[in-house]
Amino acid sequence: MKENVVIIGGGVAGLEAARQLLSLGYMPIVVERKKSLGGHVAQWNRLFPDMTPTKDLMERLIADTAQANIFTETGIRFINRLKDGYNVMLTNGVNIYSKAVLIATGFGLFDARKKEEYGYGVYDHVITNADLEQWFNGKEDNRIPESPQSIGFVHCVGSRDVKSCNSQCSKVCCMTAVKQAIELKEKFPQAEIYCFYMDLRLFGKKYEDFYISAQKDYGIHFIRGRVSEVSERLEGRLQVKSEDTLSGKPLKVGIDLLVLMSGMVARDENSEIASMLRIQTDSDGFLKSRDNIYSIIESERPGIFFAGACTGTKTVPETVAEARAAALEIHNYLSR
Amino acid sequence: MIHQGKKVIWSDYQKEIPDDHWFYARSCIRQNFFPASEKYFLKITKELLGKAICDNEHHTTCGGIAYHSDTIPQETAMTIIARQFAIMTEAGYENLVVSCITSFGNYNETIETWREFPELEAKIRENLWKACRREFKIPKYVAHASDLIYRFRNEIAEKARYNLIDRHTGQPLKIVEHIGCHYSKMFPHKGFGGAEYPCVLSGMVESWGGQIIDYPERRHCCGYGFRQYHVKANRGYSLSNTYKKFESMEPYHPDAIITNCPGCPYFLDRWQYVISEQTGKTYGQNGYGIPVLTYEELAGLVLGYDPWDLGLQIHQVAVEPLLDKIGIEYDPEAKYLGVNKEDILRPELPTNLKCH
Repeated sequence: MKENVVIIGGGVAGLEAARQLLSLGYMPIVVERKKSLGGHVAQWNRLFPDMTPTKDLMERLIADTAQANIFTETGIRFINRLKDGYNVMLTNGVNIYSKAVLIATGFGLFDARKKEEYGYGVYDHVITNADLEQWFNGKEDNRIPESPQSIGFVHCVGSRDVKSCNSQCSKVCCMTAVKQAIELKEKFPQAEIYCFYMDLRLFGKKYEDFYISAQKDYGIHFIRGRVSEVSERLEGRLQVKSEDTLSGKPLKVGIDLLVLMSGMVARDENSEIASMLRIQTDSDGFLKSRDNIYSIIESERPGIFFAGACTGTKTVPETVAEARAAALEIHNYLSR
Repeated sequence: MIHQGKKVIWSDYQKEIPDDHWFYARSCIRQNFFPASEKYFLKITKELLGKAICDNEHHTTCGGIAYHSDTIPQETAMTIIARQFAIMTEAGYENLVVSCITSFGNYNETIETWREFPELEAKIRENLWKACRREFKIPKYVAHASDLIYRFRNEIAEKARYNLIDRHTGQPLKIVEHIGCHYSKMFPHKGFGGAEYPCVLSGMVESWGGQIIDYPERRHCCGYGFRQYHVKANRGYSLSNTYKKFESMEPYHPDAIITNCPGCPYFLDRWQYVISEQTGKTYGQNGYGIPVLTYEELAGLVLGYDPWDLGLQIHQVAVEPLLDKIGIEYDPEAKYLGVNKEDILRPELPTNLKCH
């Protein structure tokens, strides 16, 4: 009989780890609180830098984990530590014994309503990056005008923002904004597109190429300055105030659609998980790794491992790499 | 505009307002700019609503203008505030209601600073003792006077003689609200509705039948700004701020502006005259300006008090078009009669701004 490994979270990290554990001869048991698998990434339309359809990635992951034991719409009722493993009680009444537990609970998306000055939920044409991906996926959204003449992107909404209690960089938003700006320019060639940024953090493979292409090939305007406030004009257009810190001048632009780049934040449930497993959360609210260089996928408690954005903001390739590393580390732990 | 979205935000910024027993801290400039506003605040709260409000002659300016203009240090400003608290404590009150927005900001700033730096509070207590042998308790509640009117807005509506409806069209009057910067921009949780979408004045207007206008430059400063107006060389900047607001609200054709700060109604009112002299432009109907009222004046009007007793003849912009829309009875001949029915003389008329 194959040995169980409980994986909490059925997003990219959880599924990729399950895939690897299956190939290593274990029986992964994936516990996902939502109805469908894939987490936040599954809501996205295409992934940079190759504009890979997310659907392809998700279909592959789900097909490759078909042999795993997967519970959706299921949570964790409690976890008890036993002498050499863990007793995991699920909300559906199933009780599992597992020597190793992998936490792959991912991140939360910053609630853009908290940045009240941007008017999400108040003004008619303010959306988030997540809303825009849903629209790319075919979901109707009457906040997006039929033929916008100007579109704005606000970077760092709720990330690198001490006032929002999120000082961490969300890592993917700069590149996501560049990607989404290009995609919108392709859909609305007549629109002028403005990206309001603090500074651009384009560190990954091909990211810089995307940024240069956005300027050279698509004519997207990058304005270094934070948006101070958004308001609505009589005709329904948005008025966006910012500062262009490169020219040292205040700026006021009429915008038909404003996209807020909501950042990745620690999930509210992290403290609950941490107290259940007697592990710690870090100062940023994410789960605390044994160390942040060599043992990022390990907790301080034997048999408890991490993968993906539950320990901090991650890109999809980083998440996949961590999931594979975690599966191997679990295998090493169980083989001792 | 998604009104429900604002309501969600408002629900995050509600504060407890004790029903009764307040010590009133007057403003140093409001009594000159809008002489009846504080009087009618007391009249409405004490006589109409039956609240116990202590109006004590021994308190002074809070020092806010000097503090924000960098002419006195923070320690001095805090010692002045400590003296106000001492007078309140001696009078047996624990709830402070403040007439001025700048003072409201300063009281909150002082209390919050002392909370963060208790050693500074100890030093100020020592300063006060050395200066005048007084001691104080920090107020349990600090409210702005507009908070109290907001709190009792529905009681006022029940007792109102008029509502904010244009009697010619039957439509709600379109009102611009202007909140003083120091009401909630410094401490969003100290103000009803927070910093971005405060509801303290819009709540009053809606309770009294009017409709609030949300225009693009709603949050912009009125143009007073201590270092704008008080530094003579910067007065052009003060005027340009006000001009920006009027240009932004103009397409909405507001019937009136309601404010809760000492400086805002003054500058929104007086600069309309200056703009009209410089550019020939007026923002009301038929050459008039847009009347600018304090919340006490607007409350007084809906309650049926005489417009001239409310001091509306002191305004630069004529209020008669607004009175006519609401249907308020008034005696044009009594406009410039003082309290003893003596003629208080007529102001010189502007070139372009219609005032009679």
